[in-house]
Amino acid sequence: MTKFRVSETMKEMMASYYLEAKNAAYNHVPVAWITSGGPVEFLHAMGVIPVYPENYAPMCSITRVSKDLIEVSEAAGYSSDLCSYARTDIGADMTQGGPILGLPKPDMLIVGTNICHTVVKWFEVHARKYNVPLFIIDMPYLHDGMTKEAINYVVGQFEAFKTFLATTLKRPFEEEKFREALFLAAQVSELWEKVLAMGKKRPSPLNSFDTFIHLAPIVTLRGTQRAVDYYTQFYNELEELTAQGFGSVPDEKIRLLWDNLPIWYKIKYLSEFFAQHKAAFVVSTYTNSWAAIQGNIDTDHALEELARAYLSPYINRDFKYRIDYLVRLIEEFSLDGIVFHSDRSCKPYSLGQYMIKEEVTKRTGKPGLIIEADMNDPRVFSDAQFETRAEAFLEGLEK
Amino acid sequence: MKHFAGIDVGSLTAKAVVIDENNRILGSHIMPVGQDSLAAGMNAYAQALVKAGLKKEDVAAVVSTGYSRKRFTEATMQKTEISCHARGVSVVFPKVATLIDVGGQDSKAMKIGKDGKVLDFAMNDKCAAGTGRFVDVMAHALNLTLGGLSDAALSFKEELTLSSTCTVFGESEVISLLSQGQSVPDISWAIIKSIADRLVSLVKRVGIEQDIAMSGGMAKNRALVSRLEDRIGFDIHVPGEPQIMGAFGAAVIAKGE
Repeated sequence: MTKFRVSETMKEMMASYYLEAKNAAYNHVPVAWITSGGPVEFLHAMGVIPVYPENYAPMCSITRVSKDLIEVSEAAGYSSDLCSYARTDIGADMTQGGPILGLPKPDMLIVGTNICHTVVKWFEVHARKYNVPLFIIDMPYLHDGMTKEAINYVVGQFEAFKTFLATTLKRPFEEEKFREALFLAAQVSELWEKVLAMGKKRPSPLNSFDTFIHLAPIVTLRGTQRAVDYYTQFYNELEELTAQGFGSVPDEKIRLLWDNLPIWYKIKYLSEFFAQHKAAFVVSTYTNSWAAIQGNIDTDHALEELARAYLSPYINRDFKYRIDYLVRLIEEFSLDGIVFHSDRSCKPYSLGQYMIKEEVTKRTGKPGLIIEADMNDPRVFSDAQFETRAEAFLEGLEK
Repeated sequence: MKHFAGIDVGSLTAKAVVIDENNRILGSHIMPVGQDSLAAGMNAYAQALVKAGLKKEDVAAVVSTGYSRKRFTEATMQKTEISCHARGVSVVFPKVATLIDVGGQDSKAMKIGKDGKVLDFAMNDKCAAGTGRFVDVMAHALNLTLGGLSDAALSFKEELTLSSTCTVFGESEVISLLSQGQSVPDISWAIIKSIADRLVSLVKRVGIEQDIAMSGGMAKNRALVSRLEDRIGFDIHVPGEPQIMGAFGAAVIAKGE
């Protein structure tokens, strides 16, 4: 993975974020656990610290404790077919384990269903344990594109969310601060899009293994000034690197797209494996999803725009949209092929990949490879099986 | 005349082939891998050289392939068995467009373009269903050799169905069929049908295009090839010695480098 100057800044920023969260109770600041696609802007408006089990689970995976935590939750009766983020998070919560010894106790739980429906049951488990309110924002899957009905449906729930926050925190909803958070979040998403667009350069100054890591601030701190500053700095550094002709994969020959979540516990290994074969992942549908959470925050219709933004991520879109989108990325990023991670844990992302792969190849002539793995459960990954498939795929791409 | 070699060490057997500049096979050898894949590969190579009447120094380049390909640091190059089988079979059958390769641990279907280039491939998932290992385990349960299972299957009388494609559950199912008094030929045929069905869905993923060929150890199984031909609706070309196609392709690739 590429060492950027901002990498240190990010480490410090994430450490101070988690420190603030851990000390929240002591400082009488409320904490909310929220899903990765949850509308965090409302929380920032009310001075609530958002904490993400879906960020903590990969932290446990990268630090190689996810397997132990998964075993804890499986021993408690959670099925091995359940999402490995959920199993890691529940295990971490039961043992107060992982790199920061468990997440700070929540005062409320916020779920958005734009990523999956497992999150509902998963957060219900926490709601029962901590006896705190759970607010579910149902964001319907877009079977036939964006509709007015879907937007209105979500806007209604956003209104209710404001009331929920005011009632739970026993103070009025802060509209002014909300607009500020919306403005900052939109800026961050826009900056993130610009950062990701640097992948179009040949050679690309960054690759998906980098963006998987540098995704942490946009997930956790979207809607804050620090995130805006961070991505501004990152973007400037990338511009500098590009001017020097820097490529994150030395002697870049093959340009690829990564589909689905990263395989967190193998991220270093995969990064080195593909770099050795001079193959760079210059774009991924996964990291692009946070660039999609971007509305024109026109204050009269702010909630409509926000609803549209939160309904937009790739995982919430139909197959036809996904195919068209991949075809477009192949062209925009001059790709040679696609690697589809068929993620045992993430069914809504993995469903349809075989058909999507076939369609995209038919339309573009660019081949795809499907890798069977799991984002957080290392027991599912086999090095030898992966290498045979990936090398055969890359041998086919050699020019 | 220059000579080239390919060594293919898979999950169950090690194969080595020595060829000349005209792709003529001068010597080949197949042996079980056992616990030491490197030793097995070197042994197979030594035997192939003896059969060819050559010494190591006579060989200009060696390519290793198969699951243990990376252990052969002496090899000029390492290539996956997918590329090697495709290359080897396309030398034998230049018009091949679809290749089914069933080895011990993996089964693959490949779409093949010009000069044996792999355009697309599909492989079995993390499971032994549809692989040589599946048939191996079933043959053991029936106390048959692999060839014996094929012969028995071809003389079946009654159509039975093995509902499980899982190797572990499949074995229990075979044992319970035996205890119900079903005949060995009928059970053998059910086993062949089960693996053939898995392979048909695999080959459909890359698309069936003529000519179709089959390689790997399981291509020696006449019952399986005949069942696949029925299901696919086309003839399947099988090379004289399908099991060494990976090693042969590796040697052909060695020649090109």
